Amino acid sequence: MYPRFFWLALVCLALGCSKSSSDKNSDSIPQILHLGNGAEPEGLDPQLVTGVPEHNIISALIEGLVTEDKKDLHPVPGVAERWENSEDGLVWTFHLRAEAKWSNGATVTANDFVESYRRMLTPTLGSQYAYMLHVVKNAEEYNLGKLKDFSQVGFEAVNERQLKITLKGPTPYFLSLLNHYSWFPVHIPSVNEHGEFDKQGNRWTLPGNFVGNGPFVLDKWEINKIIVVKKSPTYWDRKTVRLEEIHFHPISDVEVEERTFRAGQIHVSNTIPLNKIEVYRKKEPEKLRIDTYLGTYFYRLNTKRKPMNDKRVRQALALAVDRESIVRNVHHRTVKVATHFTPPGTGGYTYEGKMRLEYNPERARQLLAEAGFPGGKGFPKMSLLYNSSEAHRRMAEVIQQMWKQNLGIDIELANEEWKVYLKSAQEMEYDICRAGWIGDYPDANTFLDMWLTDGGNNYTGFASPEYDQLIADAARAPSAKERRAIFQKAEEMLLDEMPVLPIYFYTARYLIDPRVREWHPTILNHHPYKHVYLAPAD
Amino acid sequence: MLKLIVLRLLKAIPVLLVVATLTFFMLRFTKGGPFDREKPIKDEEIRKQLLAHYGMDKPLGRQYLDFLGNLMQGDLGPSFKHQGWRVDEIIRTSFPRSAELALWALAVAMALGLTAGLIAALKPNSVLDYFPMSLAMIGICVPTFVMGPLLILAFSLELEWFNASGWETMGDRILPALTLGGAYAAYIARLTRGGMLEVMSQDYIRTAHAKGASPIRVVLKHGLRGGLLPVVAFLGPAAAGLLAGSFVVETIFQIPGLGKHFVEAAFNRDYTMVTGTVLFFATLIILFNLIVDVIQIWLNPRLRAS
Repeated sequence: MYPRFFWLALVCLALGCSKSSSDKNSDSIPQILHLGNGAEPEGLDPQLVTGVPEHNIISALIEGLVTEDKKDLHPVPGVAERWENSEDGLVWTFHLRAEAKWSNGATVTANDFVESYRRMLTPTLGSQYAYMLHVVKNAEEYNLGKLKDFSQVGFEAVNERQLKITLKGPTPYFLSLLNHYSWFPVHIPSVNEHGEFDKQGNRWTLPGNFVGNGPFVLDKWEINKIIVVKKSPTYWDRKTVRLEEIHFHPISDVEVEERTFRAGQIHVSNTIPLNKIEVYRKKEPEKLRIDTYLGTYFYRLNTKRKPMNDKRVRQALALAVDRESIVRNVHHRTVKVATHFTPPGTGGYTYEGKMRLEYNPERARQLLAEAGFPGGKGFPKMSLLYNSSEAHRRMAEVIQQMWKQNLGIDIELANEEWKVYLKSAQEMEYDICRAGWIGDYPDANTFLDMWLTDGGNNYTGFASPEYDQLIADAARAPSAKERRAIFQKAEEMLLDEMPVLPIYFYTARYLIDPRVREWHPTILNHHPYKHVYLAPAD
Repeated sequence: MLKLIVLRLLKAIPVLLVVATLTFFMLRFTKGGPFDREKPIKDEEIRKQLLAHYGMDKPLGRQYLDFLGNLMQGDLGPSFKHQGWRVDEIIRTSFPRSAELALWALAVAMALGLTAGLIAALKPNSVLDYFPMSLAMIGICVPTFVMGPLLILAFSLELEWFNASGWETMGDRILPALTLGGAYAAYIARLTRGGMLEVMSQDYIRTAHAKGASPIRVVLKHGLRGGLLPVVAFLGPAAAGLLAGSFVVETIFQIPGLGKHFVEAAFNRDYTMVTGTVLFFATLIILFNLIVDVIQIWLNPRLRAS
């Protein structure tokens, strides 16, 4: 009997040991991160895509001159190991690190960046984000075809490892801009090999063709099914990278995604159904994350149409909306009331002006009466347009009700399918329409320059030379403090004129497996993957 | 028979042409296009260049002729939405998944539906009739978007037997097949019962009984052949519909099939993708209707003469 027990004990000991050692060593659990990524990405060409799901994947595959700090996203060295800025703020010189490599082994050179930017700005490519590069000298002219000679544009490869960028004017947020994928380099030889350099429909982004310089390489891409990226053996900082693979699951239905999360098939979800928030709050609060996010949900008001061309009517509409109630009852207190337009803390800027959209039905009625519609009498029929979606419909119904109760006016609801809605909004064929804006970079400029007279996403008819001047002045402001002061003035003016009706500030609401580490709340909901890893369950 | 098949295939050509033409023009006349995005290209020059690249700057008539020309050569074009991918590639990878799901679902539908229908027809107005027929009624009434999540709740989240979504393992096939097949099983059960009841009261069945054929032989050899006609007529379009993919079931179970592309392409104004999937679907329907007609002729001697 004794020998048998002896062996048994030995086996137990061995098993016990191996188990406890695996608990301590995180490398022994498979470092494969499964992410819910919302929609199927439109593509993986950083110069052609525009969305968030695309960002999530591209940021694993390609690295720009700078990259993001894991906690607050401030620019830290990426391909560039250091940089200098000239005294007047116009010339930036980036020194590229020698060990920065493409996934095919080639070195990342300054010329790679220049050529990438040339492609981005070539008019025939039709890049929607080309305007992100317009801060550079002559970039806009070249992009619009007014200038044919690219050597006049402010990009210069001084030598293999030195890149000089000359700006049009001082751009205080320039380094943050570089973290946007429109500034990422692409591997031009691959682009040329798989299609035309300056045309859409190029196949260089397909698996097998893709050459990147990021912490991961593209391994598999099956449309509507999965995108798999694997740790890159050529990435300069590969020692930091702990994940072996990331699997991006394009699950667009929120209910399906939540069930997939619950079944343990994904570690982090893209979002969470509103009706599940209270459940997680009560039962598994450690899995629910609600992080501040750089976005505003608002309504556009068509200032060209009667009676909305009267500022008092616009203000009345804005003051008659009880935002507290919306946040509490529709969104389960997961979003923040927006009494102004730029989300608080955007690049260190928070609006502090007097003009605020407090709920004030009394004052709203008064304003409406002054505009000639006492008690809503004689107010013409108007409609509120939104893109077909359950969430937008609920919001519109609540606000419709508030306007009826507080102002005595009837607004009818109209929903249009996404593309039709976009067209209607852009051609200003609406009275009031729903909108959302997610900042391109963490700076107030991305929220306030929308309302320039010729702003690309204005669509309200709001046009004020004085406002345009303020935004232009802000770019030239000698200090960050003065710049913020100018933004204060501009936003005050915007709120007074009220071409927009802010409702709430977005948050990133998602589910996360507590084993995922180094997944910090950040304002753009970016999570630099090279630091992320999976820890064993406690 | 051969003549019939050739004739039907020839007739299919104008049908497909009409489908292609209608799809082409309906898409062009719908508000919004593939390049209308949230961050639109404001500059006219850039927009023009982009349209020119896709041949969309030409007059509509010219575009239509180009489209037909490409179609003749079997070229469905590049997808507007999925950058870098071609429409035929997307159909080639997603269709087999929808087809596989369809086969599993059909197997479930036939197995459940035929059994239930036969039992009900052989013992009409008994418990063996009412019970499966009530179940079938429920199957028809409960839509897939309710049935799917219920099955997931029970078998994935509670019992943890299967994944909640995905299309990787054999286990991933079971719940979608049950969900999709269940709905069809209900129809098949009712059609089988109806068809069999009608046939079993016919004179030739009495004759078969009279000449001493065993009851099993009467049902399987004499009865089924006529009794299944309505089921076969139903199965043709049903199979085509199943093969083209079910948007709802593919969404609920996160199956990367053709059904999703079929619906989403329209929302994305992915012109090439819409025409590609619509034509593919139309071809499937034509083919399956033909197959069904052939099977019906084989099953029903009366049709052979005509």
